[in-house]
Amino acid sequence: MTGSLVEIEIEPGAGGPWRAVCAYHDLLPGRGTAVLVDGRQIALFRDRGGEVYAVGNRDPFSGAHVISRGLLGSRGATPVVVSPMYKQAFDLRTGACLDEPAGPGGEPAALPVWRVRLTPPASGCAGDVAPPNGGAHRPETTPS
Amino acid sequence: MTDTRRRLVLIGHGMAGQRLLEALTDRAPGAWRITVLAEEPRPAYDRVHLTSWFSGTTAADLSLWPAGFADEHGIDLRLGDPATAVDRTARTVTTRSGATVAYDALVLATGSRPFVPPVPGHDTPGCFVYRTIEDLQAIRDRAGHTRVGAVVGGGLLGLEAAGALREMGMETHVVEFAPRLMAVQVDDGGGAALRRRIEELGVVVHTGVGAQGVGSGADGTVDSLTLSDGRTLAVGMVVFSAGVRPRDELARACGLPVGERGGIVVDAACRTADPHIWAVGECARAADGRVYGLVAPAYAMAEAAARGITGGEGSFTGADLATKLKLLGVDVASFGDAHGTGDGALEVLYSNTREGVYKKLVVAPDGRLLGGVLVGDAAAYDLLRPLAAAGTPPATPPEQLVLPTPEGGPAGPVALPDEAVVCSCHNVSKGAVRAAVSEGGCADVAAVKRCTRAGTGCGSCVNMLTTIVRDELAAGGTPVSRGLCEHFAHTRAELFEIVRVKNVTTFSRLIDEHGTGGEGCDVCKPVVASILATLNPRLGNSVHILDGEQAALQDTNDHFLANLQRNGSYSVVPRVPGGEITPEGLITIGEIARDFGLYTKITGGQRIDLFGATVDQLPLIWRRLVDAGFESGHAYGKALRTVKSCVGQTWCRYGVQDSVALAIELELRYRGLRSPHKVKAAVSGCARECAEARSKDFGVIATSAGWNLYVGGNGGMTPRHADLLLTDADHATLLRTIDRFLMFYVRTADRLERTAPWIERMDGGLEHLRAVVVDDALGICDELDALMARHTETYEDEWRATLEDPERLRRFVSFANAPGTPDPTVRFLPERGQIRPALEHEAVAAG
Repeated sequence: MTGSLVEIEIEPGAGGPWRAVCAYHDLLPGRGTAVLVDGRQIALFRDRGGEVYAVGNRDPFSGAHVISRGLLGSRGATPVVVSPMYKQAFDLRTGACLDEPAGPGGEPAALPVWRVRLTPPASGCAGDVAPPNGGAHRPETTPS
Repeated sequence: MTDTRRRLVLIGHGMAGQRLLEALTDRAPGAWRITVLAEEPRPAYDRVHLTSWFSGTTAADLSLWPAGFADEHGIDLRLGDPATAVDRTARTVTTRSGATVAYDALVLATGSRPFVPPVPGHDTPGCFVYRTIEDLQAIRDRAGHTRVGAVVGGGLLGLEAAGALREMGMETHVVEFAPRLMAVQVDDGGGAALRRRIEELGVVVHTGVGAQGVGSGADGTVDSLTLSDGRTLAVGMVVFSAGVRPRDELARACGLPVGERGGIVVDAACRTADPHIWAVGECARAADGRVYGLVAPAYAMAEAAARGITGGEGSFTGADLATKLKLLGVDVASFGDAHGTGDGALEVLYSNTREGVYKKLVVAPDGRLLGGVLVGDAAAYDLLRPLAAAGTPPATPPEQLVLPTPEGGPAGPVALPDEAVVCSCHNVSKGAVRAAVSEGGCADVAAVKRCTRAGTGCGSCVNMLTTIVRDELAAGGTPVSRGLCEHFAHTRAELFEIVRVKNVTTFSRLIDEHGTGGEGCDVCKPVVASILATLNPRLGNSVHILDGEQAALQDTNDHFLANLQRNGSYSVVPRVPGGEITPEGLITIGEIARDFGLYTKITGGQRIDLFGATVDQLPLIWRRLVDAGFESGHAYGKALRTVKSCVGQTWCRYGVQDSVALAIELELRYRGLRSPHKVKAAVSGCARECAEARSKDFGVIATSAGWNLYVGGNGGMTPRHADLLLTDADHATLLRTIDRFLMFYVRTADRLERTAPWIERMDGGLEHLRAVVVDDALGICDELDALMARHTETYEDEWRATLEDPERLRRFVSFANAPGTPDPTVRFLPERGQIRPALEHEAVAAG
C-alpha cells in the first residue's frame, strides 16, 4: 500500500473520472491532509485502520478552510472529524454534522464528500493540479 | 421562459422582514417570486445588539442576511430604493428610483422611526437618533470632537445609548421626563436602585425634566442642552431616544386603516383591511390593539403572516413582554404583571440600597406568582418567569427565591413545577425535559437538546437545563460517568497512573488495552498526548510531541506549534522569559513581522503575538526567530505559558527582591511542561504586587526575608485570588515546592481543570495540598522531584527540533499536492496600519 496513490471521484456519484490527488504516504495515520483539486479544497483523512476518507475542507461554522486540521475520532461506530475551530463533529462517510444541523446562516451544515480509492502508482499521476491564483493576499500597509 | 409564480413584495428589510422571508421560504420554498424594497444601504441586521458595534462587533457580524440566501431563493433585494407609493387597485408598488413592482401579496415591514421631540434646535448638527448603523457611525464621528454628551430619554434604548457614549469615554448625561428611569418596565423602587448603580458609573441622571432646547456654538454645531427646569448643560452631542413611532405613512396614503395612535391595523393573522396586504413588526397595530416594539412579538407576527400567506392559519394575539437585559452592566428584568395592577395583587419586596439590589414580586392572595421587577441581581429571573407563567402556586414560596442565598443555597429548578416553561424560545416545559430523560432515554444535555429543541434558541436556559437533566438522571438511578469520553471510563488522573505504572508509550496500546477500542476522539487524544509528554522523558523516549503516533493525538494548535485564528491563519508567540527583552530582540521581532506582513499585538503575558501566518510560513518565521535566539513560547499548548514580572529591586524604588531574575529562572525551569490546562505564573518584587501574581496558578511575592508563594489563582471568566502556601521561603525551598506543586497538579488534575478548581476539589483543600507538597504526607515527593528533574534535563525547543527534521517539516504545507501554494481563502484587509482577516464575503483588491 505504501507506494499507492490516493484517487478521488471528481464528480461525486458520477462513476468517474477518478483523479490522483496525492500519495498514500502523504497521509499521516490518524490525521488529515488538504489537497487542492480544480480550485476546490478537499480534506483527506487516514484512520488507524488505514481507511481513507475525503470531505470538503471548508468548515461551515467559521467559513475557514480548516477541516483537514481537525482531530480524527469515532463516535460509536461512526468515523468523525472534529472541526478545530468550534469543535463540531462531522461524519466522515456522509459529511453530516452530528452536533448542529444548521450553520450560522441557517444553511445545512454538511460537508461535501468524495469517494476514494487507492491505486498502484503506475496508473495515475499525482500533483498535476495548478493553484488557481497566487494564494494568500496581503494588502500593503502603511506605517502610522 | 416566463415565471408564472405568484409575486410577493416585501417593503422594509429589518429584523421582522428578514424573519418573514425565512419563514416563507421555509414553508413554501420556491413558491413565490420575491422582491424586497429596502431603505437602508445594507441587508437586515441585528438591531437588538446594535450597541455592541461600539465594542468591536462589525456590521458584517450583525448581519442577518446569510450568504447565498438571495441566490438560493431567487430573492431580488433592492437596497437603498424604498417604496414611495402603493397602488392597491393596480396592485403595484412604486419606488424612489421610479421602478414599479407588481404584487399578488404585499407585506409591510417598515418598522418605526425614533421620536424626536420638536424642541427648538432639535436638528442642529450634533443631534442624533439611535436606530441604524449609520446613526452609530455618525455618533462615533461626533464623539471625536466633543467630550460631553446627553441622551434624551431614560428608557431601555436611552440607557443603551448612554452606555455607548460612556464606552467612548464621554461624560454622559441622561435626561428623562418621567420621575424614574425605565418607567415602563420598573417601579419607583427599581428605578431608584437602577439610578444609583448607573450614577456610580459616573453617568449623570436627570429625572422629571424634559429637553427644552438645543443651542449651537459659533461653528453651528451643538454646544448646549437646556432643560425644562431652566438649567443648561454644556454638551457637544445630543442623542434623542425618547420612544419610537410606527412608520405607517405608506398605508395611510393608500387608504389602509391605522390606529388612533398610529400603527397599521391588522387582524390576528397580521392581515390588513386589504386581503392582499399584510403588516408585521413595529409598523403594525396588533389584534390586541397594541403596537409592539420588541423583537420577539415582531418575530411572532412575521411567522403568523408567513403562515397566512402560504395558506395556513396564522395567529398573533399578543405577547409576553418579559425582559431581562444588562444595561450599563446592571441587570434589569421585569416579567408578568410587574406593576401589580391586577385585582388583590400583593407585593413581596427585597431592597438593599447599599448593594444597589432591588427585587419586587407581585403575588396573588392564593400564593400564585403574577410578576416582578429585578434590578441589580436578576439571577432569579430564569426561575421566576416560568413560575409566573405557570399560573399555579409554586411549591417553594417565591419570596425565598429573591432573598440573597437562603439556607442551603439558592433553590434550584427543583422548585419549578413540571408545567413551568424552561425554554421560552421553543416553549419546552420542565416536565417535557424530565420526560425526555426518564422516558425518552436521553442520557445527556446534548441528547435532550436534540430531542426537545430546548436550549437551542438563545441558549440562556442551558444552565438550568443541565441541572434538571442531572437531577433527573440521578433520580432515575443512572450512574453519572466520571470517565473522560466514550473511549475511556477513566479520569485523566487514573489514565496518568495507568500509563505511569504500566509504562504505556502509545495511544494505540492504551485504547486497545484500557479503553473501548475505536479511533479515540478530540477529548481523549489530547489528554493522552499530554500524559505521554510528561512521562515519556522518564522512559527515555522521544520528547518531541510531533514524533510517531503522538503527532496524531495533538490538538490542531499543538500539531502546528502555533495558535489557530478565526480565518484559518495562525499566530506565533516567541518566549520572552519574565518579559525581559533586549532592543535587538524587539527589532528582530519587528523585522520579522514587517517582512511577513504580520499583525502584532502585545499580550497580557508580557510578550508579542504575531498574527496572520499561513501554515507554509510558520517554519520560515521560526527559522528567523530561532536564528535570533528565540524559542517557542508554548502559547498554543496546555502548558506553562509565561512567568510575568514587575521590574523589581534593580530599578524600582520600592522593590525588595530581584523579581525579574527569579521570573526568568522559573520560566526557563518549567518551559515546555505539558499540563491538564494552561499554567500562568508571575513574580512581584514587593507587596505592591505590580505583576498581579495572585491572579496566577502560582505567584511569588517578595518579602524582605524571602518569598511568599501563592497557588490556585486565575483570571478569566471566574477570577480567583491565589492562596498563601509558603511564607518567607528561601530560594531552594521555593523552587522545590513549586516543582512538587506543578508535578502533583499534572499528575492528579482532571482534563481542562485549572489549579483553583483542582485544589477546591481536593479532600482537605489547601491544607491537604500543603501536607503533600511541603510535608510529604503521601511519600511521593521523591518521585515528583525526579519527574521534574527529568523534564528540565530533556527540554528542547519544539520549533528548533521541527526545523532540524525534514520529516516533521513535511506537514507545514497548505496542500499536499501543491506545496508552496498557500491557502487562497486566507486573505487580509488593512486596518489601523496593519492587517486583519477578510471575511468570506469581503472583496480584497487585487495587488
